Amino acid sequence: MSQASPPISREAPRKQPAALARLLEPLALLGPAGIWLALLLVIPTLLIFQLSLVPGIRPGDVVNPSGLDNYVQIFQPLYLQVLGRSLFFAAGTTLICLVLGFPVAYWIALLVPKRWRNLTLIGFVLPLWTSSLLRSYAWITILRPTGVLNTVLTSFGLPALDILNRDAAVLVGMSYSLLPYMVLILYASLEKLDTRLLEAAADLGATPKQAFWQVTVPQTLPGIAAGCLLVFITGLGDFVDPELLGGASSMTAARLIYNQFLGATQNWGFGSALSMLLILTVSIAIALLLKYGDRNASGV
Amino acid sequence: MPLPSSQLKFSISWQAIVSVLMFGFMYLPILVLTIYSFNQSPYSAGWTGFTLNWYWKFFSDTKILSALRDSLAVAICAVGIAAILGTLMAVGLSRYRFPGKGLYQGISYLPLIIPDIAIAVATLVFLAAVAIPFSGGLIQLSLGTIVAAHVVFCLAYVALVVSTRLTNLNPHLEEAALDLGATPMQAFIQVLLPELMPAIISGCLLAFVLSMDDFLIASFTAGGGANTLPMEIFSRIRTGVKPDINALSVVLILGSGFAFFVAEYIRYRSEQKRLK
Repeated sequence: MSQASPPISREAPRKQPAALARLLEPLALLGPAGIWLALLLVIPTLLIFQLSLVPGIRPGDVVNPSGLDNYVQIFQPLYLQVLGRSLFFAAGTTLICLVLGFPVAYWIALLVPKRWRNLTLIGFVLPLWTSSLLRSYAWITILRPTGVLNTVLTSFGLPALDILNRDAAVLVGMSYSLLPYMVLILYASLEKLDTRLLEAAADLGATPKQAFWQVTVPQTLPGIAAGCLLVFITGLGDFVDPELLGGASSMTAARLIYNQFLGATQNWGFGSALSMLLILTVSIAIALLLKYGDRNASGV
Repeated sequence: MPLPSSQLKFSISWQAIVSVLMFGFMYLPILVLTIYSFNQSPYSAGWTGFTLNWYWKFFSDTKILSALRDSLAVAICAVGIAAILGTLMAVGLSRYRFPGKGLYQGISYLPLIIPDIAIAVATLVFLAAVAIPFSGGLIQLSLGTIVAAHVVFCLAYVALVVSTRLTNLNPHLEEAALDLGATPMQAFIQVLLPELMPAIISGCLLAFVLSMDDFLIASFTAGGGANTLPMEIFSRIRTGVKPDINALSVVLILGSGFAFFVAEYIRYRSEQKRLK
């Protein structure tokens, strides 16, 4: 009867299963995703935490937590150097993206005519939609010793640059990959800028430089913080650019972790400890952003 | 926002010059790949003549084509599952308050923040330590395990886009349907779902592109049973410059460009509809 209830008698059959439905509905909506996330995200993360406490585990070993050996190992000078290089790449990329991205975001948000704004922004971030591996590959084509850059340089009689497989190439590749994100977030922040304040500053005799540093920058500081943090944490975990553009000497945390599992080293416990450190660093950074940053700007 | 009337046209400022240079920077690699995909010489950076050879080579390369098929299969399955789970989750989160909601929400958006390498490692350890031994050999590292891992981050992107749409939605629409005699299921399928469809589709397209692009999670969960396109590309380009990869790049760029314009068109259409 309840299957094909005519519109007139709708009240009666709907009231009875209401209590049951009130319980089943949330379960049906939130249950499937919850189970999937618990199985493939929460339990795995707890497992690598457990594994990180086991020294020298191999696949198939009985898990038997016994210490912090893997975390102590991270503090060997060799590995500290790797972590330092990861931080250097992430920080360098953040700085480059901020310096290059701010004028672009400023131009699109404040100087481009309003009806062209969305199209210009979309045009700028469009290359994000291409494969990240192929973007790195394109930079190999450009930067390699006999590549596009050196062909152009030598044809002008300039000395050739040896960039590929060095830190500079990694910075170029990472900045290229992350610049669109920086521009998106800075744009969101600059677009909300109250331009009347700039006019007021000019009326009161401020030079454009003064107005920029004392009006624009303070007002967009939350966006700047959000953009920098996003670029920094994404850069910290980047694998593709250092691996393809960096050569053997540009070892980073993500490459080191990769080697513990799929490379020659095969030390799952140490790899898990490094992964936990990465997750922890990123989580702290995000917590700081949510606490002090602009929620709107970070929700891109 | 009040703008001086002098700013109706593009004017030249130092920001404009930097921006034009940065546009060049963003499109330079794509331009280079495209030009070299038509260049006869495989290794020289100079132009030696026009050819379509690399495209023929690419379209007759069975290994790349089967990798492309694997990637498409993974992306379609993962996005399909994520579309359902993610939409249900976003609706559920918008509707109910319950203890632990903050934790649930936090965990569901975690894949947007945690580096891929950490997710890849965790999934591999889980599969090796729990899933494979306890399934009695039923679960093996292959396409299925890649799909399972991809659903985790696809889910987060679909839910993110759908919940943005939900906050802008008229909450009384569904109530009106219920008052008019629709069952909750009818109200969900005939009223709420059509309203959410543009968001679901654009979330799915975003997830699809990310799934097609993922190298790390796939290579950790593929085992020997599968080889996705990014895995194939990675194994080729780390050994040097391969000209047929140029042709592949151009084909993929056109493909993702097409996906992007479909997504933008759908978003534009739904915005026009809402304004009416």
